[in-house]
Formats: sequence, C-alpha cells, structure tokens
Amino acid sequence: MSALATSATPLVQVEGLHTFYGKSHILHGVSLTVGRGEVVGLLGRNGVGKSTTLKSIVGLVKAAQGQVLFEGRSVTSVPPHKLAQIGIAYVPEDRRIFRLLTVMENLRVGFDRPGVTDTRKRELLDKVFAYFPVLADRRNQAGGTLSGGEQQMLAIARAMMLEPKIILLDEPTEGLMPRMVSQIRQIIDALHRDGVAILLVEQNVPLTLETSQRIYILEKGMVRHHCASSEIHVDHDVIKQYLGV
Amino acid sequence: MDFLSSIPWQLLLIQTVNGVVTGMILALVASGLTLIFGIMDVVNFAHGELFMLGAYFGVIVVAATGNFWVGLVVAAAMVALLGAALQILTLRPLIGRDPLNTILVTFGISLILQNYALWQFGTVVRKVSEPIESYFTLFYLQYPWYRIFVAGLAAAIIGGLYVILKYSKFGVWIRATTQDRTMAQAMGIPVPLVYTGVFALGAGMAAASGVLFAPLGGVAPTMGLDWVLKAFIVVVVGGMGNLGGSIVAAILISLLEAYASIWVSPSQAVIVSFVALILTLLFKPTGLFGTTVTR
Amino acid sequence: MEQAIDQRPPENRGALGPILQIDKLTARFGGLAALNAVGFELGAGEIRAVIGPNGAGKSTFFNCITGVLRPTAGRIVFNGEDITGLPSDRISQKGIARSYQITNIMPNVTALENVRIAAQSRRHGWNFIRHRDSFVDLTEKAESALESVGLLSKAYEFAVNLSHGEQRNLEIGIALATEPKLLCLDEPTAGMSAGETHETASLVRRIAKNLTILIVEHDMQLVMQLASRITVFNYGSVLADGTPAEIQQNPRVQEVYLKT
Repeated sequence: MSALATSATPLVQVEGLHTFYGKSHILHGVSLTVGRGEVVGLLGRNGVGKSTTLKSIVGLVKAAQGQVLFEGRSVTSVPPHKLAQIGIAYVPEDRRIFRLLTVMENLRVGFDRPGVTDTRKRELLDKVFAYFPVLADRRNQAGGTLSGGEQQMLAIARAMMLEPKIILLDEPTEGLMPRMVSQIRQIIDALHRDGVAILLVEQNVPLTLETSQRIYILEKGMVRHHCASSEIHVDHDVIKQYLGV
Repeated sequence: MDFLSSIPWQLLLIQTVNGVVTGMILALVASGLTLIFGIMDVVNFAHGELFMLGAYFGVIVVAATGNFWVGLVVAAAMVALLGAALQILTLRPLIGRDPLNTILVTFGISLILQNYALWQFGTVVRKVSEPIESYFTLFYLQYPWYRIFVAGLAAAIIGGLYVILKYSKFGVWIRATTQDRTMAQAMGIPVPLVYTGVFALGAGMAAASGVLFAPLGGVAPTMGLDWVLKAFIVVVVGGMGNLGGSIVAAILISLLEAYASIWVSPSQAVIVSFVALILTLLFKPTGLFGTTVTR
Repeated sequence: MEQAIDQRPPENRGALGPILQIDKLTARFGGLAALNAVGFELGAGEIRAVIGPNGAGKSTFFNCITGVLRPTAGRIVFNGEDITGLPSDRISQKGIARSYQITNIMPNVTALENVRIAAQSRRHGWNFIRHRDSFVDLTEKAESALESVGLLSKAYEFAVNLSHGEQRNLEIGIALATEPKLLCLDEPTAGMSAGETHETASLVRRIAKNLTILIVEHDMQLVMQLASRITVFNYGSVLADGTPAEIQQNPRVQEVYLKT
C-alpha cells in the first residue's frame, strides 16, 4: 500500500450495508466513511437504523449484505472482541456499564489487553481520571450506584481505556440534563483534539453540528443526505424534513 | 428429663461431622455446576461423569505413581482439558441457541462417558487407599483424619475459586461476561475463551471431588449419578449461579440427610433432599440466596 | 365490497363525539412517572397519530389503553364505559384491538387461520367437537379481513412464508377480525421499505372508513399524510395537539424534536 493510498484511505468505510432483525429489513444499503481523527455525525429520527448501523460495524449484529472496512481491510466477519482489540470502541445507547463491577473493574477490562505495560496502564488511568474526576472519587463503587450522567462518563472512559482509533458513540446525551450535555460536548472536543475519530449517533442536532466535521442523515435505513457541518444549520429545510416534524 | 436423655446426642454430633464432610464434597461438585450454569447458561448433565472420570484417572495415576496428591492434581488437570475439548467441540457451536440444545448435548455426553467407563474399566468397584491413615477418637468411634482433611481441602479449593473470581483478571472477565456478554465482547474480552475456561474449571473441580471421594466410597462407572442429582438439588436450593448459596445449601442438605439417617435407612434419608427441593420451589423458586439476573 | 367514501374533510371526522376520553392518566414505575396526569380525547372516525421523542410515554400510553398495563391513577372511558385497569382480553371484547411493534402472528399456521382464530374470539361456545371449517360465518369474516389488508390472495400461505411487510399487514388483519371500534397500531411500518410503507398507508386509509384509528409512528411523512389529528407527547405529558399543519408550525414541537 503506497503512502498516498494510506493517507487517503478512510479509517472506517461502510459500503452497502443491509441488515435484518429477523425479517425486518432495517438497513437498506447504508454507506458512509469516517476519516482518521474525524468526528462524523449520524442523524435521524427514532427507528431509522442509526444504532443498527453502529452495531453492524462492531459486529454485534450480522450484516446480510455489504462490507465494513477498517484501515482499508475488510473486517465484516471479524468477531467483536477482536475489533475492540484492534481499535474500534463502542459506547451503546443506555450505556450498559457492568453494574455489579466497580468503576475500577469496569476500567480494568479495557486495559487488560496483551502488550499493555504497567506504566501505560497507569498513564491511561491518570488520563481518564483527568477527563472525569468524578470517576476517581468513585473508583471503588459499584457501577450500578452511579447516576445516569456518571454512568455515561464511565462508559466513555471505559472505551478510552482501549486506546481506540475510533469510538462509536450512540446517543450519549439521551436522558441527560443540559449541564451534562455540555460536558459531553467538551469530552467529544477533547477526544477529537487527541486524534480519536468519533462516529456520533445523535438526535440532538445543535450538539452534532457543533462537534462534527461532517454529517450523514439517515431515514428508513438509507442515507438521505451527507454534507459538511459548516454547510448546514438547524433551521435548514433538510434538517426539518428528516429530523423535525 | 427422660426426653432429653433419649436424644442420641453423641450420634447427632457424629452425624454433624459426617454431614459437614459430605456437604463439603457436595459443595465442591455443586460449585462447578453452578459456575457453569451461572456464567454460561449451560445445564451440565455430564457433570457426574466428569466426577467419575476424575476418580478413575485418579486411581490410575495413584497406582502408577504411588502418590495420592499427584493423582489428585493430574486427574483434575486431565479432566479439565477433557472438559475444554468437549466445550469447544460440542457447546461452542451452540452459543446463543435455545438452552434445550445444550441440555440434550450434555445429556448425550454423559451417556457416552458412562458407557466408555463401563467398557474401559468394567463394573468391579475400584479401591484407593486413603493418603492419611490416622484416626482420632470421637466419642466411641475411631474417626478418620482423612475425612476432616477432605472437608478442609474442599473448602480451600472453593475459597481459591472465590479469590480467582473476585481478584484476578480472569475473574473480572468472567464476571463481566456473566453480566453482559455483548458489552464484554465490545470491550475486547474473548468471550468464547472465557466460556471454555469456565467449563474446564468446573470440570476440574468435579474431578477433584471425585478423587477426594474415591477412598471413601470406591470407584464405579455409575458413581456420578447420585452426586449429580444431589448437586442439581443443591444448585436449585442455593440459587442458580450463586456460589455461596450452593455451599450453604450443600451443607444444609447433607446435614439434614445425615440426621435423618439416624432414624431411617440412608436410602430413605435421601427423601429429605427432595423435600427441601420441593419446599424451595414452592416458596422461593429462585433459591435461598438466588436473585434474578438480567441477560 | 365497496364502502361509501367519507366525504367529510379529515379534520371534521371526529365530529361524531368522543369514542375515547382520558382523564389525568398517570403511570408510575418506582419514582418515575412515565405518564403524568395526561388528558386526551379521541373522536369517533378519526385517524389520530401519537408522536414524540424516545421515552416520551407513547408506549406506556398505548399499554394503558389496551390493558397491558394498569395505570397508577386516572380514568379511561371508552364509548361511555370506564375501562380503566381492565385486563387486555376484556378490553378486546369491548372493541379495542391492537397490533404490536414486534410481529405477533402465528408462523406455522396459514394467514387465513391466523385471522379466523381472531374472529372466533368474538364467539363463545361450549362445542369443542365441531370442525374448524364448519364455522362458515367466521371463515367469511376472516376472508373479508384479509381482503381489507390486501392479503386474500395469500390466504393459504403459511404466515412464516410471507414477506415482512405482508406479515405486518397480517397483524393488522388479525386485529380487524375482532371487529373493533378502535384500532391501535403500534409502529406498523417498522422495518418496512418505502414501497411497503406506501402500501400500508393506503391500507390504513381504506380501513379507516369504518373505524377509529390510533397510531404510534416515527415515520413523519407517513404521519403527516395519514393523520387527521396529531398528539405530541414529551416527558410523559401532552405537549401539543392539533392538525398536521398546526403541529408542523408549532415551534415548541420542532424544539423538542431537534433538541434546540
């Protein structure tokens, strides 16, 4: 692979993804890309297939057709735990932290990987506690005792422990108070500065437009619109059509 | 006054000791079973045969080396490997499918292993001598130290399991996988490997119980049947997937049986276990210590 | 079986008087109020869409009306009768039918049989020995329901062999076979292609001539085309209620959807 090809190759490419839940045809040929270090937003109403797209990329749902490429190589049939090890992290809707494990144990799961030195482990912990001081305070508490916002932070921190190249974030601000929403915005910005790519699924349009470089709009399992965030704003007709009422 | 003296105090105390000893062996068998069920949702009908094979391999290695402890460790290791192989070949392909499939598979394996043992070793009961031959005086009995030792060693093994679960990396992997298999995968935990490891661990524990029990009751191809039945009762009464619960339930049931056999024959005393099972299912179906876990 | 086309404009269809009146409906789970003193009125003959963001209480609302959930407080009056807290089988007998988000058909039985069993629920008898084909009137009712949902040609197909869209429509057919006065549709076009959605929309318009319909949907285009009135839920309360045009022009509704 020549140097030119590497720099032009997107980090993640999704091509023509068709996914079913039983007979229910959720994704009707979704294609999108995320560049190295880019924040890309995936917008759409409920039930259009945003979460399913993320789950298909991460292998938690088997795509019936189409492929997923990571750094130019096909990863469509790679098992989910291997994808996590090569640098694709997933933070689901409703967080799903390990409720009966402590905060530390939740984080440990992320860095108990082969090839991570003790020094690196300490560095990662320090970094994550710098981003989320509240987690340091609660490090020995069971995950289930944390508030909604704290659980969201733990879910993101846990993903960061994987030292991922891309984080798939599914509706991180859902159900959170406005104060926490702005905290999430800051975290996304900080991750972006650190060079981590993010595929952000959201229904919060202003947040998405402010934090991403590009957006895709999904409707009924297909990409209906794709543009740079700078080319569009909340009052745009396209936004109203596919996201509003 | 007359009533008090009619209670066989000495016999009760002797039976208490017996009950605890049997209970600890049962606890060791049941721990493996509840571990496999709690973590992998597999009802392992072959557990009794793993116990039985452990006893046979133990007999063979003891005969070859003359050392009981070597026999214990090697037999447990061999059966653990066998368990891993069985899991990879027959249970891994069934992950995520209807639990009925795994029940049928493990039941089939149990039949195969029983008949293999019958063919390989014959029906003659094998004997192993106890590694510790000294006795102490318990009232009017000469009570073998070995029995006390077995109870202690079983407790130590279960304690070791607890420590692994709570503090080791593998333990965190196991607990994470049990709570949320999907997110465990998403966090890079090699879930198929975790399942194989857990099955091997459970198999090894069953085998160790078999070797420990061998000097007390002899080794025969059908020796696993009684134990696995009681182990299932213990797992249900204690709460499926609950380690502490199985230990308490195992001791409780063994004590009740031991006391009952003061007045009735041992084969009738078994009824006590079933009564305990029925009462638990009627009044606290999730087990004495059970909680419902969401997958 | 051509029905007379209802000539009244959509917004006046409800003028026959309310078929459903809901007062201070509350549903609490632990400390959380999924529905908070909701008031709601549905006119007979309306096609009313219920929309709102995730977690707004739409499913809970449906579940209370159809007897799946017992509300914590409040009253639900259907056709003048208090049906609050009645179990779902009694609610079905009163004339409220429901289709589900996850397809609930019997896969190993034909389409016709699926619908006939539903039709049979309206009749009670002690004769267990009669052959199922001997209930001629039930078979006719079942065939008529299948025709309404466009599946008469597939009557003898096993339900498992139908396409996803056909299965979802069969589910509506099953609900219709119970001859309801109020039909509650829970995301009927979930997982459908644009083409299938279009067909379902026509289907709903066809059957709406003799029924009142309450529909929860996320497909905004479908909702705008189909509904005579729209109710918007948010955080367990009714945020807005009006014609499609009124809702589209309501800035608060836009804010809630776009999170501005």
